[in-house]
This record gives sequence, structure tokens and C-alpha cells, in this order.
Amino acid sequence: MPDGAKVARAPGAEVISVKEYKSGDKPIWCPGCGDFGVLSATYKALAALQLQRHEVVVVSGIGCSSRTPYFLSTFGVHGVHGRSLPIATGIKLANPALTILVMGGDGDLMSIGTGHFTHAAARNIDLTCVMMDNQTYGLTKAQSSPTSFLGHKSKSTPYGVVAKPINPVLFALASGASYVARGYSARPNDLADIIAGGIRHPGFAFIHVQSPCAEFFNTYDYYDEHVESLPPDWDAHDLKAAVDLALTEEKRHLGVIYEEERTALSDAVRKFEPDTKQFDLTAYLQRFS
Amino acid sequence: MAKDNFIIRIGGDTAVGGVISTGDNFAAAAARIGFRTFTFRTYPSEIKGGHAWFQVRISNKPVYSLGDGCDILIAFDQHAYELHQGDLSQNGVLLYDSDLVQPSPNGNIIRYGIPFQKIARQELEFVRGTNVLILGVMAGLFGLPPASLKEMVKTRYKRRAELMEKNIQALDYGYEYTKTIQKEDKFWLGTADHVARLIMTGNDAITAGALHAGCRYFAGYPITPASDILETMASQLPRFGGVCLQAEDEMAALASVIGASYAGTKAMTATSGPGFSLMTELLGLASMAEIPLVIVNSQRSGPSTGMPTKLEQGDLFQALYGGHGDFPRIVLAPASVQNCFRVSVLAFGLAEKYQCPVILLSDQSLSHRTETIGHVDTDVFPVVDRLRPDGVDPETYLRYQYTDDGVSPMAIPGLDSHTYVAPGLEHDERGHPQLSPEVHERMTAKRFRKLDTARLEIDNEELCPRYGDDQADLGIIGWGATQGSIREAVDRALAAGLKVAAMHPRVLNPLPEERLREFVSSVKHVLVPEVNYQGQFAHHLAANLGVQAIRLNKIGGLPFTPGEIYNKIEEVLVHA
Repeated sequence: MPDGAKVARAPGAEVISVKEYKSGDKPIWCPGCGDFGVLSATYKALAALQLQRHEVVVVSGIGCSSRTPYFLSTFGVHGVHGRSLPIATGIKLANPALTILVMGGDGDLMSIGTGHFTHAAARNIDLTCVMMDNQTYGLTKAQSSPTSFLGHKSKSTPYGVVAKPINPVLFALASGASYVARGYSARPNDLADIIAGGIRHPGFAFIHVQSPCAEFFNTYDYYDEHVESLPPDWDAHDLKAAVDLALTEEKRHLGVIYEEERTALSDAVRKFEPDTKQFDLTAYLQRFS
Repeated sequence: MAKDNFIIRIGGDTAVGGVISTGDNFAAAAARIGFRTFTFRTYPSEIKGGHAWFQVRISNKPVYSLGDGCDILIAFDQHAYELHQGDLSQNGVLLYDSDLVQPSPNGNIIRYGIPFQKIARQELEFVRGTNVLILGVMAGLFGLPPASLKEMVKTRYKRRAELMEKNIQALDYGYEYTKTIQKEDKFWLGTADHVARLIMTGNDAITAGALHAGCRYFAGYPITPASDILETMASQLPRFGGVCLQAEDEMAALASVIGASYAGTKAMTATSGPGFSLMTELLGLASMAEIPLVIVNSQRSGPSTGMPTKLEQGDLFQALYGGHGDFPRIVLAPASVQNCFRVSVLAFGLAEKYQCPVILLSDQSLSHRTETIGHVDTDVFPVVDRLRPDGVDPETYLRYQYTDDGVSPMAIPGLDSHTYVAPGLEHDERGHPQLSPEVHERMTAKRFRKLDTARLEIDNEELCPRYGDDQADLGIIGWGATQGSIREAVDRALAAGLKVAAMHPRVLNPLPEERLREFVSSVKHVLVPEVNYQGQFAHHLAANLGVQAIRLNKIGGLPFTPGEIYNKIEEVLVHA
């Protein structure tokens, strides 16, 4: 049966397999790239939620991780460097019924797109933003990124990085993200749960994924040692505790760090006028008479 | 004999206030009883303070431009008097505050000095009523029935009874006061045809056109002179099931418009030159991924921050060529307030049909001036929707299919099962990345082919009208808001026996080449007047049609007057 025909099927009539979310295009990533783990977790999350492929839009900017939309059989936009979030904002506001995933890297979301990140979070755009943080620029080959460690030497920072690394979780919390989580690409099953949780969350979900670049900045050993699951009794509704945790740099905590219920922009704007009507030009022009 | 066709100019400091509103109210009251009005306003970009002036041309017959100079000057202060008295026509009228302005003796003008501020303070005990007092005086002196002004004051203050009463008092006082004045001038409006007309700005008409065309998503970032489109959309779109977003910057504005249109909603943004510069980043994506959208650029004087509240036709190059790479876009320029409506509907029609960005170039004067406009016939402006993959097998669906006209069916997420990725990368027919030389060449040609198809439907009289002598020696080609001044200059030239005609295309890319070629080959000289230094449209015509035009360029932030264009016509045809 052709894939396309299955979207017309009644929900629940037949289980959509993980495989059906794959486009068939082979990822262009290097062997060992963390993004493979994130992609696999994404397929699993979509299958876990049994989302119809034609009701999902995966939006990205530019970078290694931003190639992701081509590897999914859903709708997608491979946009402009840094602008994935405003593109996704327009899609969501135009059709709130769609499930939106924004996939990108630390350069896309924490450098060129920083200004958009904070506003998408503050507006509580109902989407799931998965940031694959490899702390380097992969596509342009090994320059430093805004999340590179202090002192990190790269082709663009031969004397070492002087800027304090941006803390994505802290930044997301400060910006007003209503779901903030962290995952690790080497733990794709946990990450699939976190992504599914983000999709279910009715607001701006930010998922910071440590996703090492095997080619230019291999941090697998570092993160194997530094990641730690959140304590089982973690209260994800405590903003101050979440901020304190984000400030703890010795360990990278995995799991849902913060969650709050807040009206999403796409819902709020539709309540401005409870009774909408058809536009009638003759009636509209009366104001100018 | 009374003259019921004249130009009033009002000048003063915005710190005192009321220059623009006094003029606007007078114009609106005149329009309400059937006079045609054409206003022009220019103000400082300071929040408070600085010289502003307003002009309204009023006539019983259609008016197409702001006209030449002024017949009546209302000077709120000495600076306004000094700045504008040189533009007063012979036997013109100076109406001024006699405590604040000391006019120099001049035999050719008629002076009425009235201590407006003193009257407002001492007689009316209502300093803020000065403007309404002046309105009353204007009505009494120049024959505007006060009833229509009174109606406006009543409507405006209908929820504030005390203020309404004080304003009506001021209005009456001013009107009665004129009975003590010996009228020496000949300007008198009297009665008009009482035909209902609309009084709108260019931005009002653009917004109404967009809503009529089905625009239901708008995103913008505040910028003069486009902010009022954002404000209107913010208040109106929710009433019709649409959404308006004040974006964090212009890149986000256009990016979200791309997203909304991708999701199937007709979408628009509006900005001015500095914002458009930022948007050019995303223009290429819209063209590459073939997303229909409309960008309004209300041009202002540049470069950089330039003169934010003044006009210039300086963004044509940016609209035609801005952005990296080689990609098609459609560029439109409305020629009047009435035409703004038509061109706005057209912008959506072309965007939807050819799935590409459409740039609508307005300018500060057109966006903010008001004109009385006649009946808007909606039937002649077809509303167009994009081609969808109806009946196409989702398995074999090709979003970017090579077609003869360049147009391929566009699937909508959530509505169509034909999933695809809108790509910024060069791509094959399915939309998958494909960077081979053959594909890039073929896809680029496919995208540009849409302009060739579009050209066929815009190369006609309605969208490229010709005006004037059938056997003209001089042909004027203009674009945008200069149309009215050109038309009146042509009328003057025809009356003087000069053989002149004008052509004014609304679509600047693709150009209506057939009509323009025919026009150019039918005349001896071609003149291109435009409000910029480089002659950007003349360049464009030279590049596309090989036309070597005589150029008439004006910068400085003010529109052409008919007289300036007429003088150039004379220079070419009489003195050459």
C-alpha cells in the first residue's frame, strides 16, 4: 500500500510503524554523528503518538542537524539560517491543528537565531524545538560555536574561546519556555520519551540535546561521564529549582527540567474575537465614508 | 467670480499640535458633501516638536495631484509663514495668528490676521480648542457648510459631552467671527454634488484590498510609513478569522509570512526600505521554495535611517534586484489611492498564481495621503487561489514539477496528503536536494518561466494605461505615485498645443514589454520622471527595452508638482 494512502485511514485503524516516518533519503551525516540518535528518537516519538504524517511539519534552518526534515516523510521546511522558529510560528498561527517540530543546531538557534528563540519562547508558540548541540560548526567545518567550552581552540578561535558559553537551558527558562528538557543523543530511547512529552505539551517545548560531533569535536567520553538523570522525585513545576539546576555546570541533567501550563499564542489569538465573520468589502468600506 | 477649486496649506509646529488634524478635518468635511479632495502631509520624525505641514486640494472636479503651490496659507507661526509664503499664488490668502506672525507687506496677497490663541484662551477659556476655532473660521471664510463639520465633532466626542460642547462652541465662535471680516478673496466652496465618496489613505486601500483578496495572516515590525497597515491588520484580522503578529524584527516578519503561506493561508507583511533590506535575506527562500506572499514596501527617503517621514522612489533597485542569487519576483507599483486597492488585490492574485514573492512598492506620500475615491467595483478584481494537487496520486506527486508555464501544484499540510519539504537548497521535482548543474539550470529556468507566463496577463491597457495625444512627440513613462502629477502636466501640455502622452505601468517586473515598446516607438522622445537620484526606473527600461530616456529626477522628500513636469515637457518640446 502506498504511504500516502494511509493518511486517509481513520486514526487508530492501523498502527503507523516507525519505518513509515522515514523518507527513504539517507542522512548525509558523518559516521558516529549524534544526530543519528536524535533522528531515531524523533521517529520513535512520532510513532509513539501515532501522528498522521500529513499533519506534522518539521521546520529547520541551516546546519548539519537542519537537514533533518529531508529524512522524514512528513511535511517540512528547510529554511534560512537562524529563521526556523519564525517560519514555524507562521505555520502554527496559520493552522494550529498541525504538529510542529523545529530541529536545529547550536549555531542556528543560539547564534544567528537567538533573537527569535527568546520571542518564540515568550509567546509560547505550541511547537517542539529540538536543539542538537554539538558545540561546533559542523557544516562549515570546525569553527567554534556559542556553546563551545571556554578556552576551546578551533579554526576560528586559534587562541581559544574567550566568550562564556551560552547556557541553553538557562536561556530557555529565562525566555519563558513552558517545557524545558535535556537529552543525550547516545540515549535515544529516553530522548524519544522527552520529545514525545514535548509534542504533547501545549506550548513552547525546548529540548536541549547533547549531540556530539564525532568528526570535529568528539565529546562522547565527556558526556558519558557528565550526564546524569534527574532525581526521580524532581518537581518540574518549580522554576527556581530549574534555574538552580541549569546553573549547575558539573553535571548535565537529563529529563524534563521544567514544565508549566500557559496559554499558547495560537490559542490566545483565536479567542480575541469569539464570533468571526466573513469579510464583506462593502461593509468594511463604510468606515471610510 | 467665486473659485471653488483651490489649495489650502497649513503649517505649524507639532509641539503646539493640530496642523494635520485641522487640515484632515476640513478635507473630510468637504469630502462628505461631495467635494473631491487630495491631501498631502509631511511631518518631522521627532515625537513632539518640529515643523509639519498639510495641504488639501479641493475641487468640484476630479483632482489627481497635490497641485502647484497653494492658494490659501494658514500660518500657525512665523516659521510656517516664512517657509511657505513663497508658494502662495497671486491673489492668494494668508490666514494667520496675528499675535504670532508678522507678515511682510506684499501687494499680491490678501491677509486675514486673527488672534486665534488669544481668543481660545480669553474668550473660550479652552486653549485646546484653537484648532476647532480655526476650522470654524476656515468654514466661514471659504464657504464650507458648518453642519458637516459639526457632525464630525459630535461623532468624535460622542462619549465626552463636556468636550463636545466646548468644541462646538469654538467652532461656532470661529464661524460667527468671520461675519466681522470683510471678505476680499474669491475662494468659496458653496455646494457640491453630495455624491457619497470614500476618503482613504493609500495604506487604507492596500489593507482593504488585501483583506478582500483573502489575506488572513499578517506579520510586521513597526516602521514609518507602514506601521498603520500593521495596526489596522491587528484590529481587523481577528474579526475575520485571521491572525496578526507584531514580529520581533523584519526577518521574523517575513519568515512567519513564509510559514503561514506554506500552511495554506494568504499572507502579507508591510515595511519600509530599512525593513525591506532585512527581508531580502528571506526573499530568496520564498522564490526558491515557491511560496506565494506579498510584501508592501512603503518607500521613504534613504539610505540608512535617511528621512523617515519623507518620500522617495529609491527602493526600485532593491525590489527588482535585492537578495543573493538569481531568482524571480514580481514587483508592482500602485499609482493612486484608488489604484492601491486594485494593485493590492492583484498582488495576491499574482502571488498565488505564480507562487512567488510579490513586492508592492508604495511610498510615504501615497501611503499617508488621503484621496476621495469613487465606487469600488469588486467584481472586476478576481480573487485567485493557488493550484493544489487535486487528483494527483500522493505517491507520484511532484511539488516542483517541470511545466510549460512554470507553475506546479502546491500541497497544503493538514489538508493534502502529498507531503513534501519546502527546500532552500536547489532540488529536484520532488523537492529533494539535488545540486547537479543540469538540475540547477532547469529549475532556475522553470522558476523564471513563471514571469514569462505572468507577463502575458499584465501586458494590457488596464494595468499599463496610456493617456494623452494619440500622435505624441513626447512620451512620458512613470511609475507609482507620480501618475497624478504627470497626468495634470500632460493636460496642461495638451491645452498648450504640445503633443504629449504618458504611460504608467502598474507592474514593473515583469514589464508589459509589448505595450511599452509600441509606445516608445511611437514617440520621438521618452521622458522618465521619478523621485530618486539614479533614475532607477530609467535604468530598468534601458536594461529591458533599450530605451534611452530623458530623465527628470527629484529628491528632497517631496513629490513632483504638475508644474515641475510641465516645465520639463516645455523644455524638451519647445526649447530643444
